[in-house]
Amino acid sequence: MLNLKSLFQQSPITSPMTVNKSNVNQTEPVLRAENVDIYYGDFLAVKGISMDIPKNRITAFIGPSGCGKSTLLRCYNRLNDLIKIFRIGEQSKIYYHNQNLYAPDIDPVEVRRRIGMVFQKPNPFPKSIYDNIAFGPRLNGYKGDMDELVERSLRGAALWDEVKDKLKQSGLSLSGGQQQRLCIARAIAVQPDVILMDEPCSALDPISTLRVEDLLHELKEQYTIVIVTHNMQQASRVSDMTAFFNVEPTDKGGRMGYLVEYDRTEVIFQSPKEESTREYVSGRFG
Amino acid sequence: MTSLSKDSQPAVQPRSSLDKNLDRGFIWLTLLFALAVAGVLIWMTVVVGIGAIPAMLKYGVGFIFSSNWDAVNDEYGALPQLYGTLVSSIIALIFAVPIGLGVALFLSEDYLPTRIQVVIVFLVELLAAIPSVVYGLWGIAVLVPIMKAIGGQIYNLFGWIPIFGTPPSATGLGMLPAGLVLAVMVLPTIAAISRDALISLPPDLRQAAVGLGATRWEAIIKILVPAAFSGIVGAIMLALGRALGETMAVTLLIGNSNNISASILAPGSTISSLLALKFAEADGLQVSALMYSALLLFAITLLVNVLAEMLVRRVQRI
Repeated sequence: MLNLKSLFQQSPITSPMTVNKSNVNQTEPVLRAENVDIYYGDFLAVKGISMDIPKNRITAFIGPSGCGKSTLLRCYNRLNDLIKIFRIGEQSKIYYHNQNLYAPDIDPVEVRRRIGMVFQKPNPFPKSIYDNIAFGPRLNGYKGDMDELVERSLRGAALWDEVKDKLKQSGLSLSGGQQQRLCIARAIAVQPDVILMDEPCSALDPISTLRVEDLLHELKEQYTIVIVTHNMQQASRVSDMTAFFNVEPTDKGGRMGYLVEYDRTEVIFQSPKEESTREYVSGRFG
Repeated sequence: MTSLSKDSQPAVQPRSSLDKNLDRGFIWLTLLFALAVAGVLIWMTVVVGIGAIPAMLKYGVGFIFSSNWDAVNDEYGALPQLYGTLVSSIIALIFAVPIGLGVALFLSEDYLPTRIQVVIVFLVELLAAIPSVVYGLWGIAVLVPIMKAIGGQIYNLFGWIPIFGTPPSATGLGMLPAGLVLAVMVLPTIAAISRDALISLPPDLRQAAVGLGATRWEAIIKILVPAAFSGIVGAIMLALGRALGETMAVTLLIGNSNNISASILAPGSTISSLLALKFAEADGLQVSALMYSALLLFAITLLVNVLAEMLVRRVQRI
């Protein structure tokens, strides 16, 4: 399936943001954005993003509100397709392994089955805990032992011990932190390759947040994780790679997001190359 | 009660006693309105119930099982009307529920440009504002000629099925045209309220389903419709309530024959059409018998609503 070497030769990465390959932290890229422009109608919201998301690592997107980090995240599984006026630039490409996700012959439904998503607000379905987990596998026509898969997914999300006796109860009966772990279990039940997380802890209390963060460390053994966060400490605690986005006003009165710096997390937080990154991570703006 | 220190916050004046009394008065006023609604309901039940007592004493439960309506000998029973009320409403729901749900789904998705969608939503709601006598006349002008033209064909082709088991009446009136007009009448209720239930769902639900690889269709059928289930059942029950009680259009179309037939091509009658036709000329025990049937209609509506509530609760427990 993979033919990354030849792909690299065909489309050399031109962006200066690309990380040094000799980095110890670097594994092969799973997702690769090339010159991604994102439009809402005629309005350019995010400009010229090029970056690689390494396999089995946690990559954090940080930046002030409106910088387009969530928008970019949702491009990776084509969830932005739900927004009618959304459009990606004609020259923009997002590769998943070596397939362009925005090629005309790609079925967005297939993409989303491989690249899962966890949302900002816990959003379990108004169904039982069991059915919440089983929903995705049933869509995919999973033929194996569903009970076993449900248990494995709930264990994977560190929720099994808390809910094993009440699988028939509504997912909405759980606490906020449990609901979010249920959503993570639901995402991993379809055995995706990548899990995208859009501020997964912003609606949770500190203890639930820590549990989810611990979980992230376990999950990266098996999955590639991209997480958008407003919480700088969280980014520095959980992520291997960090991308800092910023936003600047455009002459048309709109605001445009762009990638400032993308490197290993300790570089971003301790010795960033850009002044704006240093200011942001030290809490001086944003 | 001591007032808080004034000096620290010069911009904040202490609440005047008028303000507080208005606040309290408003609570009492709304309570009064709420109780007035319940009061009217109870009052109506009592008036109808008292009027029905003579007939209840004379005919007892047998009223429900008798199909006599004999003003000469003062023998009354409401079985054909009970049957007709239920059957015409069921026919209406059989047509209106799938179509109304389809309309609601179509208008709650972003298939159409917003401007066109707003116009269509408005038109659907306008359908609910048409007076029922106009529906009845429309039925007479449109449905009845169609029934006259194809009723015989339906009987010839499907006469072996009991529900088409009688030749249609020469007038074209009957249970089927009445049920069809009822379907059109309750359609906007189902469509508008179901749509409201669907669009008030949090957008996260759809995103969660789509994010797991559901197609639009799968997200609608497996997540959105079940999540909006209570609202949709509510819509159907409101529609059923309207269909059960609808008088004018049904009286014009059902044929008003005191008759029970499995065939929906045959004419029949409903409780409300019975009331509309007989009440003006009734006296003595017949008035009481009509009150008794009105009470039955009341009871059916209540029963339907209780069942609906139970259904919703049962589903929501998950």
